[in-house]
Amino acid sequence: MEIVVGSLLNGLVYGMLLFMLASGLTLIFSMMGVLNFAHASIYMLGAYFAYEISRWAGFVPALILAPILCGAIGAAIEIWGLRRVHHNGHIAELLFTFGLVFIIQRGLQMIWGMLPMPYRVPPALDFALFTMYGANFPAYRGFMLLVSAGMLLAIYLLLKKTRIGLIIQAALTHPNMVSALGHNVPVVFTTVFAGGCLLAGLAGVIGGNYLTTESSMADAMGPIVFVVVVFGGLGSLGGCFVASIIMGMIQTFAVVFDYTLGDLLVPLGVSVGGDNLLGEILTVPMARIGPLLPYAMMILMLLFRPRGLLGTRDT
Amino acid sequence: MILEVRDLHAFYGQSHILHGVDLTVDEGEIVSLLGRNGVGRSTLCKAIMGLVPPLGSVRYRGKDIAGLRSDLVARAGIGYVPEDRQVFPTLTVRQNLELGLKRAGKFGRWTFDDVFRLFPNLAARQNNPAGVLSGGEQQMLTMCRTLMGDPDLVLIDEPTEGLAPLLVEQVGVLLAEIASRGVAILLVEQKLTIALKISHRLYVMGHGKIVFEGTPEDLSANGDIRREWLEV
Repeated sequence: MEIVVGSLLNGLVYGMLLFMLASGLTLIFSMMGVLNFAHASIYMLGAYFAYEISRWAGFVPALILAPILCGAIGAAIEIWGLRRVHHNGHIAELLFTFGLVFIIQRGLQMIWGMLPMPYRVPPALDFALFTMYGANFPAYRGFMLLVSAGMLLAIYLLLKKTRIGLIIQAALTHPNMVSALGHNVPVVFTTVFAGGCLLAGLAGVIGGNYLTTESSMADAMGPIVFVVVVFGGLGSLGGCFVASIIMGMIQTFAVVFDYTLGDLLVPLGVSVGGDNLLGEILTVPMARIGPLLPYAMMILMLLFRPRGLLGTRDT
Repeated sequence: MILEVRDLHAFYGQSHILHGVDLTVDEGEIVSLLGRNGVGRSTLCKAIMGLVPPLGSVRYRGKDIAGLRSDLVARAGIGYVPEDRQVFPTLTVRQNLELGLKRAGKFGRWTFDDVFRLFPNLAARQNNPAGVLSGGEQQMLTMCRTLMGDPDLVLIDEPTEGLAPLLVEQVGVLLAEIASRGVAILLVEQKLTIALKISHRLYVMGHGKIVFEGTPEDLSANGDIRREWLEV
């Protein structure tokens, strides 16, 4: 029981972190058709900026400034990079963002080196929020949940209650029509791209010290975020949210449950073992299959429901 | 003259769709553009709107607008109603109309009340997602959405396509209402009866060119043109 509740909370924390990254990516992808490989790199930048700023000015300024910096970088990338590359088609855009991944990673390594950064949870938040079944729930995780919930609310209000939100929603499905009604779609694109990068930066700030701030953190996060986007469905923030939470839960639960596929068959009266390939596969513990599960689920989703969980169009 | 198109060419990829179109619309005038499917009438609208890159001259009240970004063409004063009724399906009817406004709360000739008075159906469903409306309602919504932006000229592409006779009549009523407010109309239409009834002038297009220009009477009198370019 304590494992279940603890894992639920941890899965939620991780899922919200995923959503913070994936929401920006899915908006950018469905609206502009740009598969932004560098999205996770911006997340990494956010963590490094947060580390550097919190060294000089403390965590709260970092929490505010680092995402804004990331948003500004995002706007710059869109205006001076993507918009120019756009005329040459999607392949050019893809290569462009792919190149950015390396530039950002190498750049970080040149400035900060290869070693993990000592970016720590701020002391003010470094205590046990409550104790549950003998295990401590760190206050920082509570703080992460709080920030994520705030972000969720802010995005919701922005998209549903403001005019720019309406324009963004309309441009998700019919960018040409939005333009023909007299709305400046390039500016909307820049806003969305910058907003997405801002969220990625925020995820870096609060995720960097929860996980580890190092130059490979983008590689660890990037693929899983793409899985979330595809699984949740293009053009749907709701689907993206559900997918994030599911992936967060799967990854957390897979680690704590020490079952094998073979154990699932035991109640059916089948016992497995032995030295053959099948026995080998069936006796691999869940914890080792866990990291694979999201990808397997993505493939199944693409095969049987290409538009994703709540998507509005096919991938 | 509100719109003057001279020697307009347009391409979709490699295929040459418009082969030098000449066309004019006067202030407050209703002009119909007739022709069979695939002769380039929709492409002409898109090229004027900047949704397809135009080659040639497009002048709006004397100002060259050829190739401007669509939102700038729209802000110059041209409204566009596409043939495929691009309502924003996830937004409500009212939100769709709101996005027709070029600036929040800035109304011109048309207000929400006008729309809802003309189409009580839309009023009743103003808080429903536009995606669940019937084809006819979506058509009315698309037209009204464009009107909310207060254009002085509207390009309306096949508004009656696939509509039941009663709804075709409603489209006719709306067109008359638009004209009565001094808005010029360039109407792409398949149904000869409507075009002949409401237009001041008509163009017939064939193979990416204008092949006939004249009044409804001229066209009625000219059986050859109708047989060669219109009747199936």
